[in-house]
Amino acid sequence: MWNLANPTRFLELADRLIPWLAALTFLLLGVGLYLSFFVAPPDYQQGETVKIMFVHVPSAWLGMFGYTLIAIASIGSLIWRHPLADVAAKTAAPIGATFCFLALVTGSLWGKPMWGTYWVWDARLTSMLVLFLLYLGLIALWQSIEEPGRAGRAAAILAIVGFVNVPIIKFSVYWWNTLHQPASIFRVGGPTIDPSLLTPLFVMAAGFTLLFFLLHLIAMRAEILRRRVNALRQVHVERAASA
Amino acid sequence: MPDLGPHAAFIWAAYAVTFIAVLALIVFIVQDDRRQRQLLAELERQGIRRRSAKPDDTPKPRQAKPRAGKQKP
Repeated sequence: MWNLANPTRFLELADRLIPWLAALTFLLLGVGLYLSFFVAPPDYQQGETVKIMFVHVPSAWLGMFGYTLIAIASIGSLIWRHPLADVAAKTAAPIGATFCFLALVTGSLWGKPMWGTYWVWDARLTSMLVLFLLYLGLIALWQSIEEPGRAGRAAAILAIVGFVNVPIIKFSVYWWNTLHQPASIFRVGGPTIDPSLLTPLFVMAAGFTLLFFLLHLIAMRAEILRRRVNALRQVHVERAASA
Repeated sequence: MPDLGPHAAFIWAAYAVTFIAVLALIVFIVQDDRRQRQLLAELERQGIRRRSAKPDDTPKPRQAKPRAGKQKP
């Protein structure tokens, strides 16, 4: 495991994994889309709008998962000062932000025909919006501080403090009276969704999750290479100055 | 195409936004990866290398494979 923490070994592993992961991701997403549009029946209450759930729910899960990953990597970055932990945290932010944005937009597009409104300031929706703003804050912090070590430490502190929002999102539907429905998949007593709708949802969720890991691997590889390029340029400038 | 009922526009809009955002993210990340490979290869060509780098350690920028078929002599 610690061998993978070596950036060169990580690059070798990423090069080998990426083509297989890409093939599996697009296969799963293709099957998921087929099941969503041609096999899944309309829901007895939502009708065909249940199809929006097949992209909304995985996006919401990955929005929260991405932030959790950033918080864990930030702990690794702050305690062990490991550069790969910092790289993992930095590169997960735009991917998590995109899925968080998609959860907000697709939820809104589901809300209009089902609730009669695109948006309400209830606890679940508002805490998800706060998560999106936290993502934007992290990205801005990494962009605005030039020295990667300082930027990483500042972003790690914000990520760990902001993690308090993730359990708030998860339990908001129980703690407050919200328009958003409570959990219907991962709950005590099992899912309340019919298997004919649960299967496409899980296939799409698996495809989205693999897509997250695929993009994260590619983004981490690019970030490691960027740091090498910057380090080489700096060495070159120093050598030229001392010559 | 399946009949998506009276709320079809909302369903198509949700899938369209998802498709566009995911595609933009893929393009952004893959382009960045390619650019970093090219920059590193460029530096290596100029003889600027890491002290720990092996001779074949540099990630090569990806090039399009030559098409099969007739080739110019």
